[in-house]
Amino acid sequence: MGSQMSLFGLHCLKGKEKEEERRIRANNREYNQLHKYATNAIKTSKYNMFSFLPLNLFEQFQRIANAYFLFLLILQVIPAISSLSWFTTVVPLVLVLAVSAAKDGSDDINRHKSDRQVNNRKVKVLLNGELRTEKWMDVQVGDIIKLENNHFVTADLLLLSSSEPLNLVYIETAELDGETNLKVRQALTITGDMGHNLEMLSAFDGELRCEPPNNRLDRFTGTLMFQGQKFSLDNEKVLLRGCTLRNTEWCFGLVIFAGPETKLMQNSGRTTFKRTSIDRMMNALVLCIFVFLVFMCTVLAIGNSIWEQQQGDFTTFLPRQDGVNAAFSGFLTFWSYVIILNTVVPISLYVSVEIIRLGNSFYIDWDRKMYYARSDTPAVARTTTLNEELGQIKYIFSDKTGTLTQNIMTFNKCSINGKCYGDVFDYSGQRLEMTEETEKVDFSYNPLADPKFSFHDHSLVEAVKLENPEVHAFFRLLALCHTAMAEEKTEGELLYQAQSPDEGALVTAARNFGFVFRSRTPETISIVEMGIQRNYELLTILDFNNVRKRMSVIVRSPEGKLSLYCKGADTVVYERLHPSCSKLMEVTTEHLSEFAGDGLRTLALAYKDLDESYFESWRQRHHEASTALDDREDKLDELYEEIEKNMLLLGATGIEDKLQDGVSHTIEQLSRADIKIWVLTGDKQETAENIGYSCNLLREEMSEVFTVAGTSPEEVRQELRTARIKMKPETGEGNVTIEGEGEILGKKSKLVQDEAVNGEYGLVINGHSLAYALDKTMELELLRTACMCKTVICCRVTPLQKAQVVELVKKYKRAVTLAIGDGANDVSMIKAAHIGVGISGQEGMQAVLSSDYSFAQFRYLQRLLLVHGRWSYLRMCKFLCYFFYKNFTFTFVHFWYAFFCGFSAQTVYDEWFITLYNLVYTALPVLGMSLFDQDVNDRWSFQYPQLYVPGQLNMYFSKTIFAKCVLHSGYSSLVVFFIPYAAMYNTVRDNGKDVADYQSFALLAQTCLLIAVCIQLGLDMAYWTAVNQFFVWGSLAVYFAITFAIYSNGIFLIFTSSFPFIGVARNTLNQANVWLTILLTTILCVLPVVAYRFLLMQLRPTINDKVRFKVRQTKASPPPPPRRARIRRTSSRRSGYAFSHAQGYGDLVTSRRFLRRAPVSRSTAFSPTARSPGKFLPTGRSAGYSPTGRQSNLRQDETSLQMYRAVKDPQI
Amino acid sequence: VMASGYSAKEEDGHHSGALGPAGGAAVRSRKPDNTAFKQQRLPAWQPILTAGTVLPAFFIIGLLFIPIGIGLYVTSNNIRELQIDYTGTESSSPCFACSQNYSWNMTTPCVCSVSFSLDQPFESNVFMYYGLSNFYQNHRRYVKSRDDSQLNGNLNSLKEPSKECEPYRTNDGKPIAPCGAIANSLFNDTLALYYNDPNGTETQIQLVKRGIAWWTDKHVKFRNPVGDDSNLTAIFQGTAKPVNWQKPVYELDSDPENNGFINEDLIVWMRTAALPTFRKLYRIIEKNSSTSPTLPRGNYTLKITYNYPVRSFEGRKRMILSTISWMGGKNPFLGIAYITVGSICFFLGVVLLIIHHKYGSRSSSADLTH
Repeated sequence: MGSQMSLFGLHCLKGKEKEEERRIRANNREYNQLHKYATNAIKTSKYNMFSFLPLNLFEQFQRIANAYFLFLLILQVIPAISSLSWFTTVVPLVLVLAVSAAKDGSDDINRHKSDRQVNNRKVKVLLNGELRTEKWMDVQVGDIIKLENNHFVTADLLLLSSSEPLNLVYIETAELDGETNLKVRQALTITGDMGHNLEMLSAFDGELRCEPPNNRLDRFTGTLMFQGQKFSLDNEKVLLRGCTLRNTEWCFGLVIFAGPETKLMQNSGRTTFKRTSIDRMMNALVLCIFVFLVFMCTVLAIGNSIWEQQQGDFTTFLPRQDGVNAAFSGFLTFWSYVIILNTVVPISLYVSVEIIRLGNSFYIDWDRKMYYARSDTPAVARTTTLNEELGQIKYIFSDKTGTLTQNIMTFNKCSINGKCYGDVFDYSGQRLEMTEETEKVDFSYNPLADPKFSFHDHSLVEAVKLENPEVHAFFRLLALCHTAMAEEKTEGELLYQAQSPDEGALVTAARNFGFVFRSRTPETISIVEMGIQRNYELLTILDFNNVRKRMSVIVRSPEGKLSLYCKGADTVVYERLHPSCSKLMEVTTEHLSEFAGDGLRTLALAYKDLDESYFESWRQRHHEASTALDDREDKLDELYEEIEKNMLLLGATGIEDKLQDGVSHTIEQLSRADIKIWVLTGDKQETAENIGYSCNLLREEMSEVFTVAGTSPEEVRQELRTARIKMKPETGEGNVTIEGEGEILGKKSKLVQDEAVNGEYGLVINGHSLAYALDKTMELELLRTACMCKTVICCRVTPLQKAQVVELVKKYKRAVTLAIGDGANDVSMIKAAHIGVGISGQEGMQAVLSSDYSFAQFRYLQRLLLVHGRWSYLRMCKFLCYFFYKNFTFTFVHFWYAFFCGFSAQTVYDEWFITLYNLVYTALPVLGMSLFDQDVNDRWSFQYPQLYVPGQLNMYFSKTIFAKCVLHSGYSSLVVFFIPYAAMYNTVRDNGKDVADYQSFALLAQTCLLIAVCIQLGLDMAYWTAVNQFFVWGSLAVYFAITFAIYSNGIFLIFTSSFPFIGVARNTLNQANVWLTILLTTILCVLPVVAYRFLLMQLRPTINDKVRFKVRQTKASPPPPPRRARIRRTSSRRSGYAFSHAQGYGDLVTSRRFLRRAPVSRSTAFSPTARSPGKFLPTGRSAGYSPTGRQSNLRQDETSLQMYRAVKDPQI
Repeated sequence: VMASGYSAKEEDGHHSGALGPAGGAAVRSRKPDNTAFKQQRLPAWQPILTAGTVLPAFFIIGLLFIPIGIGLYVTSNNIRELQIDYTGTESSSPCFACSQNYSWNMTTPCVCSVSFSLDQPFESNVFMYYGLSNFYQNHRRYVKSRDDSQLNGNLNSLKEPSKECEPYRTNDGKPIAPCGAIANSLFNDTLALYYNDPNGTETQIQLVKRGIAWWTDKHVKFRNPVGDDSNLTAIFQGTAKPVNWQKPVYELDSDPENNGFINEDLIVWMRTAALPTFRKLYRIIEKNSSTSPTLPRGNYTLKITYNYPVRSFEGRKRMILSTISWMGGKNPFLGIAYITVGSICFFLGVVLLIIHHKYGSRSSSADLTH
């Protein structure tokens, strides 16, 4: 399939030389069509009505197995060679092709459907001076289109004008990069002036020159020539496909890249056909088997030549065909044996494998324990070919937001003036667990309260009502010291827009406790304090940045009092407190530790009253500094340091970044199963670390958590190396050693072995450093260091980097990877990993659509892996072992027989038995085993996650196991051939007539074989359901029934030449010695296996054996897992004030300049690859901090996510 | 008895009845059905190889197999069997001359006699076999070189034999009946047995030639073609005899029930052997009186009309006289095999028992950690 795709791809490339520069003239389709740019139609489907049959057959015959069977079929019609009738191959082959074609066809129909749905979306296009509604697929590069609020962006557009002042538009980029806050794009003034004037827009004839299509989401360079002027364009003027327009009534854009050339599509990566490692190994084995087959045939062909040479005079009775001498006879025999021995690679293997995978996929779809009732989402196995790989996962790459967390912040606890609020105690003073039922505080006294906010500790409300001054100051601070914006559409219905959910949570908390932030202008902040409206004059915002880790505001109260309010990371704030609050500091520190122990993000709050005259002078200097031309930042920082001193501590807050249910338990289970979890997130380092701690990925007990944040390649390399040496000093400075290892098909690949280290380590690396570390020269260093750590967290990574990290591990580790995510930014990673899992029902569907499995909650991952994956793997391995066993045994008997039939390619069995053996007699029992088998049930699987480890180590099916399997069947075939041989040698029936004839011998051998393999199946099967019993006994019964039927008089008289075995069953199976032979053969086949397995269990029991023993002993379900006490960590606190901002928005709030100023390059310099953070308006996703979560995950709720427009200053 | 346990049915925790939309008007939930099959909770028997099951199994098999083996061995030993190789490749052999001057279609048959004596009498019915060695009746091209339709009396096939019969399909443009290499190579030595009375007279022993083929072969698989004429000669008109045969198929026997395709010698020969060394039933010597043995102790002469050439491919020809038992002819293998396997089982049982006592504790789950 893949090659087919690439064939077309190649074709496209050849047809057109690589694009160097894109030139577009607006509204000039003729000109633009010269360049043959892609139109906006996307195509992910592979076939159409007419191409389906030839293409699909072509693809199918590319599978080595199918081609092989076609070849066999051709061999079989050559009379000199044909040792078997043609129907022995045709029937299975047609069956296989039909099943696969049906499956491919239905898959492609689905792709067609989704393509059609996307391609047929409507958009307004400006054509010939008027707006026409067109389908997406008809949009062309150079068209001007109009987008409306909440529309998806059709293609990559150059923003021309918008309904908003200053030509701004707001977009949500969650589908692209996973960031949930709104971003702002601004059009050029010269185009923006055209506004909604259709005449001007259709007369617009600007010429655009820009970079060719690429996948960089954060960069765009180009120029616009218009009215003889040249304007430079950057990423801030471009709307990318995949974004959604928000809070903007309309906007016009010029299509730059369309369809497959859009950055979204370029980023989504190639669709690769995923295959499991078992698949790959099976292919390798099949090749080995071919070689083996050729070897056997050669031996037999040589044997035949020798036989013909020596026994040449048997020609008295059996003359040779014309022109056939001994050597040529050997040659013909070679091919005859190729046909006979082809059953070593039976075609039904592939069909059965597909059926088993399909069945196991259905189990995933049917699992009620992976069904999420709240959003009515069952788990879905979207790919049905990867199941057993789920049992071998070694690395999990997880997104954070929306995957581990719900992206909901809640204000959980606070400490005010040395008193801790937020916990609920029962009468005996015992702290209560918070549950849904815990009584909530009633905020009805406050008409402006947010009904979704909940808090359980009543004492805090009482403190507020009692007008405790510290408590009031605390909430006043929260209401004043922030950069959020408020919108009040109808009286009392407030919506906050904060740049991060954390801040939103704090402002909302203040609002509910009676300090309602109502509105702001650049100079004032209006709050309602306990029902009284008060306007504070906002004098300065001392903004947040990464170094300062705090923000302050200086306000003048209506009474004229000057105050500085500061909130920030506790360590930073503590350094700047007045010595008088040392006592309070101690108590608060305790509280902070407690909060941190609960996994909360903490902030310390402090304030200070300012002296009017001092402030005036400070303000003067501040003004000078902020207008200084050089060293402005440093000067400002100095000033901030100066004023943020000797503050008085108010208290601390604890905010919970709500994890999804069961995340930490799942992670613990998975790590007990020896699965390594890497978190790859677009979030900030602090946020990511925080989550790492709260979901048990990073632990305080860890020996060390390394942070790599270098800004140059050397620095990064040094940091990685230092970390490695710390973990394992003996690895030294030397370069990374690679244990080279040969791979199949001569494809050499280097493998990095796992290295054991003492202690547990964690590694945190940011996107910036990752960009360097992923370089060819350094990737091994990175991988080696990272793999020594128990946990790896990569933050601020781009979608492509996520994929690169996955690829890196895939490349150098012989391990199976799984990527799990929920947003479009995870798509590339999901596609890159061996297994992609999408969290459904969260942000859009992109992740789900490109995933292999999807479900609604992260915690289902443990069931998917530890239960379904493990079983699938176990079943597949058992299946393969058994399948190879039964076919080898079947085939080898022919090999032995060759020595007694003059190497003439005579079959041992009846031709009908050969046809039906795989298709009928042994098909269902082995399918039954591979669909129902389980070593221990799901509860025990959870109880002992260690059971998962053998899968990672490939212990159930490997080349060794395969070799054992071959030896085993070699033995069995010897028994199956030679016992009947010896027993029938020169003997006769009990009435003196023939029983050693060919037909009786065939019947005896095939019966022995079938019974022996059935009993072997019984030994392999660990879980005998009624269905299994039915299949096994049924198959045996069917065998005897069919045998008697086709050996009967009637069928012989009808089809005389096809059923020559008439009467054999009757005349043979009534003989005592025949049955004694069957019994002896069976016992001899089975006994050594039983003895061997029993010995292994006695001497070297595996984990499975032990658990199964335990199950047997307890004879019941496992004890319920011990109720886990909440793990409390006691040490270092992690400040939450890092949250999501790279840079505060203070100057944006206070200044109007920002709207007119071109974006400062300050933050773009931050990283060559990182996305520019939302620099403009603080517009988070309001749903982000609703304490009850997003009301619903359904798409129709889009309007509830709708943002109010960013603050509109009336004066603008 | 294998250790077993039925896995208890677990509660799912959700009762679809209680939670499901009671009114029925609500949107159908996508919640999967709670069936044992879909939730993979089918009740099952989960056997494990425990010491309690494996060791007794070994002992029981051992104790069962040894007596069976002894029985089989004794039975086999009680069968009287006599083999006489009359190939005649050695110069001392009476048939040496015949074997040397061989040619198909010899006009004067070569006859040789072999004398032998029985030390012990053969009591019950005696079966007389001819045995061939190094004769590849199981060669692929040989096995398929026949036309079952023709042998079943199909008139079309009689005139138009299957291509499988090549090169023995036609002769001089006439279809061969029966066609093919198997029929062509029909064993055509004639064996006659004489009892040398101590008084010197030679009595020919009555050999029964009917009832030597399988009933199904004789009555279903092989049938003479039926034409307007009941005369076989007329029906086979227009066909040729197999190249190596001296007589056409309709002259194989004078008995109409044993002539043509249903001649039992032909039927027995057409049932090809599985192995290159085989024996085929030739004649039966029926027990006449209940008092005297079928073949009393004494001297016998076997007179062979030597027609069948095997010397060229180093084949051997034998005449075998044998009595039979409930387990068929003489073959000590099964008995020995049963005794051996039984003993090994018993021995293995003991070894495993010792190992289990020494190391068995390893498989206990004591060292399992949660």
